[in-house]
Amino acid sequence: MHISRFGSVASRHKVQLGAALSAVALAVTGLAVPNATAAPKPITIGISVSLSGDFSGDGKATQQGYKIWATWQNAHGGILGRPVVLKFLSDASSPTQVVTNYQKFITSDKVDFVLGPYSTKLTKPASDIANRYHYVMLEGIGGGPSVFSRGLKNVFDVSASATYQLVTYAKWLAATQKPQPIAYATMDDPFIQPMVDFAKAYLDKKGFTDAVYKVYPAETTDFSPIASAVAASGAKIAILGTMPPDGYSMIQNFIQAKYNPEQLILASGPDQGADFTKSVGITNTEGIMVPNTWIPTSNYPGNKDMVALYIKTYGGDINAINADVPEAFAAGQVLAQAVNKVGSTSNVKLQAYLHSGAKFTSVQGPVQFAPDGENSGAAPYVFQWQKGQYVPVLPLGGPDKVSPIETLRPAWGTTPGM
Amino acid sequence: MLVLQAIIEGVLVGGFYALMAAGLTLVFGVMDIVNFAIGALIVLGAYLSYSITTHFHIDPFVSLIFTTPLMTALGMFIYVFLIKPIKTNKVVMSLLTMFAVATLIEGILDICYNSGFVQIHASYINNSLRIGKLNFPLIYVLSFLLSAFLLSCLYLVTYRTKFGRSLRASMQNPVAARLVGIDTDRVSMITLGIGIGLAAIGGMIFGTTNAFNASSSYDIISRLLVIVILGGFGSVGGALVAAIFMLVIQDVVAVVWSPVWGSTAFYMILMLVLLVRPQGLFGKKGVRAQ
Repeated sequence: MHISRFGSVASRHKVQLGAALSAVALAVTGLAVPNATAAPKPITIGISVSLSGDFSGDGKATQQGYKIWATWQNAHGGILGRPVVLKFLSDASSPTQVVTNYQKFITSDKVDFVLGPYSTKLTKPASDIANRYHYVMLEGIGGGPSVFSRGLKNVFDVSASATYQLVTYAKWLAATQKPQPIAYATMDDPFIQPMVDFAKAYLDKKGFTDAVYKVYPAETTDFSPIASAVAASGAKIAILGTMPPDGYSMIQNFIQAKYNPEQLILASGPDQGADFTKSVGITNTEGIMVPNTWIPTSNYPGNKDMVALYIKTYGGDINAINADVPEAFAAGQVLAQAVNKVGSTSNVKLQAYLHSGAKFTSVQGPVQFAPDGENSGAAPYVFQWQKGQYVPVLPLGGPDKVSPIETLRPAWGTTPGM
Repeated sequence: MLVLQAIIEGVLVGGFYALMAAGLTLVFGVMDIVNFAIGALIVLGAYLSYSITTHFHIDPFVSLIFTTPLMTALGMFIYVFLIKPIKTNKVVMSLLTMFAVATLIEGILDICYNSGFVQIHASYINNSLRIGKLNFPLIYVLSFLLSAFLLSCLYLVTYRTKFGRSLRASMQNPVAARLVGIDTDRVSMITLGIGIGLAAIGGMIFGTTNAFNASSSYDIISRLLVIVILGGFGSVGGALVAAIFMLVIQDVVAVVWSPVWGSTAFYMILMLVLLVRPQGLFGKKGVRAQ
């Protein structure tokens, strides 16, 4: 009985105490809720990046570009007033893994948007997956013609497409030099080879001839026979469809073979800043050219912020910024502008808007999409290493100030002032 | 003249590929292990030489005095702590273990050096010797001479020393070798040490002739495996012949026809050889059948 009585008293006290605590909790909650500002749900974006394998160098730079963009975008209000959160998965440079990654982003993580990976090789399968689930794929580093020739309506490249990247140089060459034999060597890459082939087709029409034309497989590690064939041609102009580190090895082979072309332009490699100068030696860089879609000192919207943010985050100087960084940054910029304009996270509405002929701005310049998704508003540049500096030299008469082009390269190892 | 130049370059470059493949083939011959980490270990060797030449301004060839013993010790460490404890399904488990080692090395190198490309420099690397119209890049000549010297040493060790007898006995019949008192564990440990020590040398040469990063191993491993298969698993001489043969074929086809067909032509020849001699050019049929 006592037990029961004491028990019931204790129970009653517990109930009273619980009721009191609940009342306090409810009161606190009730008071707090109307005044609380619920954190907006973030906009999630899935991106596959190549952190290992053949594209690891560029893959890391691509990731840096996206990360910096997200930081910058969040400092400017995010997208639709919501913070941007990036989700990365590494694809090991594998077209198989990139498919798995985007499948996971869309079906498992249910991200709001996806942005493109590095390279044409990976963008093609990635955009197929995005298309299957009606996702838009904005990208800046996968502009090979084969990306746009498949009739997909969901893929958009914010950079100058591969087809036209070397044509700026080819047009200048045809306008200023007499027709002569040119040595070509290119990797059989879906982005790189079309760059060389379209420039070659243009120059062929203008009366230039092939001193030699060599296509090499991507897995090549011994470049001496290719370099020897180019050197043996004796051509004064060499156009190389290289990716780093192929171009670096090719230059070393040229130096060893004492082949010193008057003009040397590489599809990529010299745009890699410190990687390039360290590999070939700064004294061997004079006069080497490379096409690019971005001017580091440009006044295009966001560029100065991006450069400052990059240097603050990753160190180095303006010349050390890999061209993949602005290409990734620009893809993010265009996504933010388009989504803010559409006013929703609907990928279907976003795709329709991107196809509407709307104009966008980016760190690389204007963006406007052609029906196939290529950037018809882009104006590719040509850069040249001059006295240890990486300076824009073409196009002439464009919107940006360019330095006079050096038409005669000096002997290897004789960069003025170095 | 271009073809002759291609043949010369094929022989010179083939020499150091043979050196890299020699380690791989020896390890397989003695231990039945396909050292899948050889590509990553070569890149590690390249980075070690790069660090020494960059920070201490030591010649790349001199850097081998430090890197080779270090890598040899690493090979012995891998054997003692990772390979020797494997008791069952040794072939598959060791393959997976070496794959894990490769992944680990690549990851560590990626963290330590970032993924940017680097190259080992020295004042003479861009120099070349010229005889008539033929060009001999100095670094290739030096690398070939070093490789030829080391392969000769390897041959002498294998065929003229007591350890070499133990090594060959372990290759031919490890059970019988143990029965006659040969410490096959010790032989295996030293062999893996030698194999990985050679990777240090191959890495230095690779790093002076190619820009590289942590992921450069993938292109190396496929070539080395092909060389070892053609030459015959376990045959150092076979690796030398196969490496030179492969590089000459590829280089000649590249200059006469197209680099794209260089590899194809070689693989076609490889298939034909394997149809006639499945054990490779110098491999011994059924030697490990017991």
